[in-house]
Amino acid sequence: MSIISRGFRGRRHEAAADRVPPGQYVTRDFPVLSAGPTPHTPLDQWDFSIAGEVDKPRRWTWDELRALPSEEVTRDIHCVTKWTKLDTLWRGVSVDTLLDGLETSADYVVQYSDGGYTTNLPLEDVTGGKAWVVFEYDGQPLAPAHGGPARMLVPHLYFWKSAKWVRGLQLRAQDQPGFWEINGYHNYGDPWREQRYWGD
Amino acid sequence: MAGTAVLGRLTWRAADVVEIVPETPRAKTILFDVPGWPGHRAGQHVDIRLTAEDGYQTERSYSIASAPDGWRLALTVVRIDEGEVSPYLTDELRPGDRIELRGPVGGYFVWEPAQGGPLLLVAGGSGVAPLMAMIRLRAAVGSDADIRLLASSRSWDDVIYRAELERLASGGLTVVHTLTASRPPGWEGYARRVDAAMLAEVGPSPAEQPKVYVCGPTPFVEAVAEALVTLGHEPARIKTERFGPTGD
Amino acid sequence: MDDTMLDGNAVAGLLQEVFATETTSVMVTCDGCGSAAPMGATHVYRGAGFVLRCPHCETALMTLVQGDRRMWIGFPGVRTLQLALTDT
Repeated sequence: MSIISRGFRGRRHEAAADRVPPGQYVTRDFPVLSAGPTPHTPLDQWDFSIAGEVDKPRRWTWDELRALPSEEVTRDIHCVTKWTKLDTLWRGVSVDTLLDGLETSADYVVQYSDGGYTTNLPLEDVTGGKAWVVFEYDGQPLAPAHGGPARMLVPHLYFWKSAKWVRGLQLRAQDQPGFWEINGYHNYGDPWREQRYWGD
Repeated sequence: MAGTAVLGRLTWRAADVVEIVPETPRAKTILFDVPGWPGHRAGQHVDIRLTAEDGYQTERSYSIASAPDGWRLALTVVRIDEGEVSPYLTDELRPGDRIELRGPVGGYFVWEPAQGGPLLLVAGGSGVAPLMAMIRLRAAVGSDADIRLLASSRSWDDVIYRAELERLASGGLTVVHTLTASRPPGWEGYARRVDAAMLAEVGPSPAEQPKVYVCGPTPFVEAVAEALVTLGHEPARIKTERFGPTGD
Repeated sequence: MDDTMLDGNAVAGLLQEVFATETTSVMVTCDGCGSAAPMGATHVYRGAGFVLRCPHCETALMTLVQGDRRMWIGFPGVRTLQLALTDT
């Protein structure tokens, strides 16, 4: 049993219970969490690819990605380290736009990033308006520390399922656990069912 | 005789606040009594854990600033305005309060008097805390090891342990300050960030093979370690402890 | 190097709680580049869990995930660990 620290509250905020998944605390900060050093790929060398179980791989340069229709998205995000941030504002391209017209028999997808990070999802969790490749946060270009120039946004799952510094999606017939899924975190990661750790 | 790993199962234990001592306008030293404390080595740290009434918990690490002294520990905390923990420790804690800590921790970033000198200690802001434990231990055992402390602070008012360092600086202990943001009138000392030229002027030469300890914010430690290597100091003789972005 | 990066000292208390031994002076050999470093000198990043990386090549050596009553320790990049033994 831990000793209560008299007068300690931390810097948490109140919020409506239906906005806060079990075990989470609401923050107004935006903690910088990262599995490795911040990459710095120059934009003229940056690209985003969709490959794997597809009829025809796709690739966009930075300019080509930015020329696609993008949208503003406001969502709550939930980190497995227990902080929740409400009403975060992003701008990005829907994954539906990137996959539009693509033929695939894949059921799974792996996001991969500069620096080697990967995370896996069922394909249906990045389609149907559930996922974006975002390049702006709060009206500003996405800072490198927060995953810029572009990261994934998949807000219905814990935020480790939204890869920073994303460079592409690999569509797969078989699931392939990613960096954190191999090392102890849950394969799916639904914050509303508190699926934090492998086996939960 | 079979050997064994250096044993010491750690667990959270209670620490009672005995006294809170202002050091600078932003820094305070908190003195704790830790019943059953096994003792510690200069350079080690503790992890502290705070628990709110609803069970919310957070942890931070702080270097032990005091030389080994029975059950008593001194931690020095610099208040970061936007911080979650440091304002609690510097503004709210009172003598008689109890928190949890785990330690002592560390075996790499430690100095024993038996190792002798020469030592070069390079401190960025609150990074002086574990190095002060080494300096205090040296004084307590009457060591005459050659120790040089280069301490970087924002201003003269922000120099932690200033008076005590002045008092101890003799008989082999050299203390050099650099003030990076502002200087008092008439200041003739260093007035810039620590760089290779300053380290070359202050420190023992690489040929003297000093043991070097660098502690402070991560950017400070990175810059200093790199400068030391370019001067020719052996990387294996440079020990580092990083405190994160702000050092606090 | 990132401002938020720490080093192996930052996870030493957690590891010692589990392994009952001081870990910062353990020498870890990187499977990526073959160099050895004390665990206290590894580059530590805090993501969903901790990642300890080789200070020479940034290969991920170890990962630490703290669950409620479990801890996962991954060794994606450790070739060997070398611990000092003392006479009892």
